[in-house]
Amino acid sequence: MSQNFRLKDIGLVNRDKELSFKFNGKTYYGYEGDTLASALIANGVHLIGRSFKYHRPRGFFGAGVDEPYALVQLIRNGESIPNIKTTEQELFEGLEATSINCWPSVNFDIGAINNFLNIFLPAGFYYKTFMWPKSFWYRVYEPFIRKAAGLGVASIEHDKERYEHKYEYCDLLIAGSGPSGLASAYAAAKNGARVILAEDKARHGGTLLTSDVNIGNQSGKEWADGIIAELKEMPNVIVKNRSQVFGYYDHNMLVMSERISDHLPKTKKFHPKQRLWYIRAKQVLISSGSIERPLVFGNNDTPGVMLSSAAKEYLKVYGVLVGKKPLIFTNNDSGYETAIEFKKNGVEPIILDTRKDPQSEIINEAKNLGISIKNSYVVVTANGYKKVKSADIAKISDDKTQLGTIENISCDCICVSGFWTPTIHLSSQSGNKTKFNKDIDAFIPGTSKQNEKTLGAANGIYTLEETLRDSFETGHEFSKKITNHDNKMALPNVVEKKSTSHDKFWCVPLPEGKNYKRFLDFQNDVAVSDIEIALKEGYRSIEHVKRYTTLGMATDQGKTSNLNGLQLVSNIENKVVPNVGHTTFRPPYTPVSIGVIVGREIGKHSRPTRKSPMHSWHEKNNAVFVDAGLWLRPRYYKRGDETLFEASKREAKNVRTNVGICDVTTLGKIDIKGPDAAEFLNRIYTNAWLKLPVGKARYGVMLREDGIVMDDGTTTRISKNHYHMTTTTAQAANVLSHLEYYLQLVWPELNVNVVSTTEQWAGAAIAGPRSRDLLQKLFPNSNVSNKGLPFMGYMESDLFGVKARIFRISFSGELAYEINVESNNGNFMWEKIIEIGQEFKIQPYGTEALSTLRIEMGHVAGSELDGRTIPYDNSLEGLLSKKKDFIGKRSLTREAFIAEGRQKVVGVVPIDKKTSIPEGSHLVKDSNAPLPNPKLGYISASCWSVEYDNPFSLAILKDGKNMIGQKLFVMSPLKNKVIPVEIVSSHYVDPKGERVRS
Amino acid sequence: MLHIKCPHCGMRSQNEFSYGGDATIKRPELNKEVSDQEWDDFVYNRKSLIGKHLELWQHVSGCRQWIKVERDTATHEIFRTMKANEDHS
Repeated sequence: MSQNFRLKDIGLVNRDKELSFKFNGKTYYGYEGDTLASALIANGVHLIGRSFKYHRPRGFFGAGVDEPYALVQLIRNGESIPNIKTTEQELFEGLEATSINCWPSVNFDIGAINNFLNIFLPAGFYYKTFMWPKSFWYRVYEPFIRKAAGLGVASIEHDKERYEHKYEYCDLLIAGSGPSGLASAYAAAKNGARVILAEDKARHGGTLLTSDVNIGNQSGKEWADGIIAELKEMPNVIVKNRSQVFGYYDHNMLVMSERISDHLPKTKKFHPKQRLWYIRAKQVLISSGSIERPLVFGNNDTPGVMLSSAAKEYLKVYGVLVGKKPLIFTNNDSGYETAIEFKKNGVEPIILDTRKDPQSEIINEAKNLGISIKNSYVVVTANGYKKVKSADIAKISDDKTQLGTIENISCDCICVSGFWTPTIHLSSQSGNKTKFNKDIDAFIPGTSKQNEKTLGAANGIYTLEETLRDSFETGHEFSKKITNHDNKMALPNVVEKKSTSHDKFWCVPLPEGKNYKRFLDFQNDVAVSDIEIALKEGYRSIEHVKRYTTLGMATDQGKTSNLNGLQLVSNIENKVVPNVGHTTFRPPYTPVSIGVIVGREIGKHSRPTRKSPMHSWHEKNNAVFVDAGLWLRPRYYKRGDETLFEASKREAKNVRTNVGICDVTTLGKIDIKGPDAAEFLNRIYTNAWLKLPVGKARYGVMLREDGIVMDDGTTTRISKNHYHMTTTTAQAANVLSHLEYYLQLVWPELNVNVVSTTEQWAGAAIAGPRSRDLLQKLFPNSNVSNKGLPFMGYMESDLFGVKARIFRISFSGELAYEINVESNNGNFMWEKIIEIGQEFKIQPYGTEALSTLRIEMGHVAGSELDGRTIPYDNSLEGLLSKKKDFIGKRSLTREAFIAEGRQKVVGVVPIDKKTSIPEGSHLVKDSNAPLPNPKLGYISASCWSVEYDNPFSLAILKDGKNMIGQKLFVMSPLKNKVIPVEIVSSHYVDPKGERVRS
Repeated sequence: MLHIKCPHCGMRSQNEFSYGGDATIKRPELNKEVSDQEWDDFVYNRKSLIGKHLELWQHVSGCRQWIKVERDTATHEIFRTMKANEDHS
């Protein structure tokens, strides 16, 4: 096949397994073990996409996580995934990818006109240009920019893949499996520590896969393979590849994303696509290595310009040549290593070295191989539009300011090396300050804030021997502290070629009369000139320069651009880099899919669903459910093609005329026991509790300390030291915590225990004038007459052999009872009541009818007790004991709470007795008053009164006490409604409360 | 995510706990005359300090005990944790 740039005898890909894939519709071939990038390069494809702002052609720059612009839209198993790094995506059979940010195609992109208009698109361009006229932003500019700029397209389809979360604990987490990661993991594991070794790439070994070194008489790769094989056999070690530790959080919590299936054509059955690991590590060793820095010169974004380390990796790992006429542009010895690899594989490289006369073992080797080396030379500009065709080069003066005569040199790729930047993201995220190391012109981690240490190249140590020695020692020392073992591994013999120091030069000056774009940030199209403009315009803080120019703000987070940007700012400002400082490193280190962050907590799995024991009965009887917190509650039971409105009216009406049954299992239930329980309730509730007799229930209101109503409900004295408290469905958890707070912290001397029994009891309310007749049939042996079981009475009885609690309490305002049985008997109870209730025309009713019943009775509930109202506002002031203190009482004397004309709950009826009143509407005096129309109150709850067959609402109204009989307007700007209304008492039905006592 | 040592259960992740604010605030005794200032200090006024802070957490998804945690609000370092009834002075 046509893989013209593939070498025969080198690389780690599996030549026995050829894979076909498509890029922009065209079929290509690669091998198992390729990345999409290496396979494309093998086929000579270097034009991958268009840049963010200028739509300039872009190719490959790196070979891994640092890649700034070789991003594609990936089609995998029918799903479209944006912004996939070709350098990370492993090839699989049938892979399809397309370019992003270009139209109509990557070869001919209309947006590229921006490139020629770039004089109009300098730094801060968006801020300056699109400010005027203001109204144009939403209508014209923003949609245009959205279309023109940007990267891939997010799918709007549901993600069919499965993602998982996992929690793990270990002694040592080691991030990165290059030389330092392998050595420290090996030393620690052999010393008995529980180790997790995480590698971002598919292959372990890091630079050992590409460097020409010898460890213990083996090649670097052989040594790495041996260590990994041994570690994988050890029970105390977890070795992970394709796993990126991307976040370092408090208390040594690290987060890692594992790409389990991304390299396969489709995810295997029962496998997740990716897994998110939450790892709590006693110690963390950061062995994340370093990333090569670019050199900055004209048109340095032309496809074919790439990092020299990437060129070496494509060659040694994938057996792929990035070019056949390579030009190596370097300020240090790393470029020579790449040149040597080219030469050994039959390609003639030319080295341009910015240094005058460097001497080292590596350089000598290059010379001995006969490689052409030009000292004190720089690339002035790359030539070629969609691929490098040649380079303009020139000699540079010793002070690096003057260029000599420009010469043109033919080449098909330019491999750049501007020395190495330690990857300090994780250590910085852990809270460390960084410090600037002048020897390497880069930041390294400062003093550790958490239990971590950075090793090897990530710590600015660039020789293998020192890295291995430090890593073996650290692995041993840290594990010893944890395991108390002292099993020390011997440091193997290391052979590596010595290098000499790099040149502190990184940005080629412009030749006179030329205005080449010299890019710093390749993904966001930030050039040297943009930084210059920002500084000229007065931006000084590096954080501001970053945001104004967008330097380092792309999805690669400036892995290759930040330091060069800092160098530039410090040069212009005449400061040293450490005084400029750097921007903050924040997680994630590299983009992570939203899917893996969310994990399995999607849709109905985002929170658990709570169902009552009678749930399946409701389902069978056409209940339409509504979410009430985590609970599913029947909203209404649909008959035929009834609407919600019709069904709830029917159900409520039946309660008023016959008897209805409602599932009240969801109410919070708290069991309270102890000799001081009565005293405790007396402090928690606003009303008096000391004299409540056994076998009686009482309605109570509890406040927060700030006087706001927290919750209401009934509590029943089951026996002398035993109470059963009910709370609203929504507040159940808060109330329990509230009670525990006071018992454990404020009044520990009270001997009381509380425990939630919400799940333990199933509850059914039977309500309506015929409920007693029904109850009598359910409990033929109990005296449930008005005398035997009066209003607010309680008794225990036996429901056809099942232990039951009967409370005579009412939310509907009708004669009503609540029956509780143990949860596993809930369905039995329910079906029995329905069966026996037929004679009394029983119907189940849902939350909608329940609301109707309580609203027209004027019973306040969650919509009035909304965390903003005090007892007075809800006409509950009668429940405030004057004789005793209780939680929140002191607050009720605050000025605003006793002010004349304070808001109070009222009833609202439309004058025409027809128009429904939307909840949340405002009450105003004059519907035509100029805006903002003074608001007198708001509608808290609305229903259709089944008693009077007209709309009725509750409202919280200013000076509600004195407003009864007034005519006001309800205004709903949302529904565009103005409704004339009359204010009435909130107790619309049975104001004296006779029915509940009948 | 913080790692908090519940004095009853041992080391647990933060997501098992809920935060309860300043642990040094003492509720005025019941039935006692309290000035507006004292009451406001109890209900509302809180220091927003940088550094060591003694605070309450409840182990809601565990033993449900309220505990005291001495934590640095800037670095999140936890110096010690105590049972509700332990003296923190």
